[in-house]
Amino acid sequence: MTEAATLINPYPEALTDVEMRYCPGCTHGTAHRLVAEVIDELGVKDRTIAVATVGCSVYAYEYFNTDAVQAAHGRGPAVATGIKRVHPDSVVFTYQGDGDLASIGMGEVVHAAARGENFTIIFINNAVFGMTQGQMAPTTLVGQKTTTSPRGRTTAEAGWPIRVCELLNTLEGPGFIAREALTTPPRIRSAKKSIRRAFETQLAGEGFALVELLSTCSAWWGMTPVEAVYHIEDVMIEHYPLQTFRDRLAEAGRSEGDGNA
Amino acid sequence: MSEERRRAFISGNEATAEGGIAGGCRHFFGYPITPQNKIPEYMSEHLPLIGGVYLQAESEVAAINMVYGASAAGARVMTTSSSPGIALMQEGLSYMLGAELPAVLVNMVRGGPGLGNIAVAQSDYWLATRGAGHGDGRCITLTPYSVQELHDFTARAFEIADRYQNITMVLADAILASMMEPCELIPRREMDPPDRPYAVGPHDSAERERNIVNSLWVDFDVMEAVNLRNEERYARAAAEITDWDEFGSDDPQILLCAYGISARICESAVMRAEEAGVRMRLLRPKTVFPFPTQPIREWAERVDAVLVVELSMGQFVEDVRLAVEGRCPVDLLGRAGGNMPSVTDVVNRVREVATKAGVSVG
Amino acid sequence: MIAMPKVIIDAERCKSCLLCVEFCPRGVLEVSEETNERGFHPVVMGDEERCTGCGICALMCPSVCIEVHR
Repeated sequence: MTEAATLINPYPEALTDVEMRYCPGCTHGTAHRLVAEVIDELGVKDRTIAVATVGCSVYAYEYFNTDAVQAAHGRGPAVATGIKRVHPDSVVFTYQGDGDLASIGMGEVVHAAARGENFTIIFINNAVFGMTQGQMAPTTLVGQKTTTSPRGRTTAEAGWPIRVCELLNTLEGPGFIAREALTTPPRIRSAKKSIRRAFETQLAGEGFALVELLSTCSAWWGMTPVEAVYHIEDVMIEHYPLQTFRDRLAEAGRSEGDGNA
Repeated sequence: MSEERRRAFISGNEATAEGGIAGGCRHFFGYPITPQNKIPEYMSEHLPLIGGVYLQAESEVAAINMVYGASAAGARVMTTSSSPGIALMQEGLSYMLGAELPAVLVNMVRGGPGLGNIAVAQSDYWLATRGAGHGDGRCITLTPYSVQELHDFTARAFEIADRYQNITMVLADAILASMMEPCELIPRREMDPPDRPYAVGPHDSAERERNIVNSLWVDFDVMEAVNLRNEERYARAAAEITDWDEFGSDDPQILLCAYGISARICESAVMRAEEAGVRMRLLRPKTVFPFPTQPIREWAERVDAVLVVELSMGQFVEDVRLAVEGRCPVDLLGRAGGNMPSVTDVVNRVREVATKAGVSVG
Repeated sequence: MIAMPKVIIDAERCKSCLLCVEFCPRGVLEVSEETNERGFHPVVMGDEERCTGCGICALMCPSVCIEVHR
């Protein structure tokens, strides 16, 4: 007798059916799916509020099937602060790229982290401004060519790329900080664990949680999607080491799965 | 005034803060700037005691975006600042107008441009009335002229903001902020949450669709519809809440137009009409957006000239001229930088304006 | 008998990024000669017999357009 095959990856309830308008292979889609799966697994969809920001993910509010607020460029953490202070029982996350978070929004993210604001940030680092067509970002690697560093970023002209996790890890406020990469199957599984941990940290009231996801931008890196994945593996990770920098739940001796709704 | 009110002798800043609380404000986000620091100080003292939230933001940019988030989440929320801080908030204001969100904003205007000084000025009139940031949206703007009005207008601003789903600004100045006067305080009371079916927050998805608060409208018609809705609100506000006060001769030769602290000086000038030998009337807008165009136009038909007194080099006077539309001469007495005309200065200028207009000055 | 694993790719949503093809441990996925509405050549199942239904294709897919049954 043949068993009926069962669907092992049902489409996440926390994602709408709207087709995502990202370039082929863009790992924004992967990040969206992982976040949505975590929201489903934690059973918090109806109390989750997504804060979309400005960049390629500007339409994130069309994709996450939750309440959502669209924020000005870089201001996601301030908007999230306002929401969370009104609804402490909500689950709030911002979804920000490197231009949004580490350039124009550096002030907002640092202070939200310092205050230990109890929300979660999904930080997409692809080392380039994607939506505005490939300009240099604060996370652009030295030597990396972009449309505004056509001969490659030089430290003489533009200084050094910012390591956001390491910088925020100097603060007492954060409850969880990790850097992951959306590259290979094991890395993507690991990224999902950190995303889940970042939401669990919020649910446990352990404060500010940020997951940095090294992501591809094959369009502005001038590579195929597959080449872009290996570029992260071969080049980007060396500058942005994958690591869990802070895990207050673990420090408190709480294992995975704690903090569920 | 209602009998329940408690009488206090307090500063404009404190009256504003207590007015906010009376209006239902339970969330305050702000950043210190002189001359309005007593407001955040008062809120930090009082809000936590009544189940509210006070938070000192890292900048005015962050403060207004916290206001945006809190308003989107359904709260009666307020921020206060002074001129350079209000300039920094323009980005957030524009987003709130695009997202059609209510909030209350107080500007205790100080001298500018630049870092300027912390003295009295009315030079943010354009900043207040000519839009907020980029785009077509505008702030509904109330102009109190006493500590009592600061209190009452701030309280009422919350109701106005929700009624028109629009930012409502209380536009005052460094003197009103700091001076102390008797004030009848509106009693605090518990209020139902504002009716905002569009607000985000924990809900049962079986009972409502998800809510999205947004100001990104790529479709031309949808973007235009936002602007048309805002214009419709402003037209409704013009019909419903345009407010002003008048004082002086019923048969004036000269109409004085002034708002806020300048109107206090003009009131004293009108009291000296007999000595001046000119019949005067003061028209004092209590709202400048919407603007009391009609009463000014009607008086312009009957007087020999209009004199505008303001603490700037000529901003408010533009709206008066738009109202007068050439019906009579409009002159300006403007001072800047913290300087103010004395009552005698106003009286003397009234005599000059009257003479120029052919009035036989007594 | 265990059910045959089955991979269903939504051809209209596939943008042919080939991340699933690259990381499929059994190399069973192929690029179609056909084009979809958007002009992409969608990925299709080649050698279905060898598919184990491990789900790595779906894990890699940024377009969330792969269903795995097993």
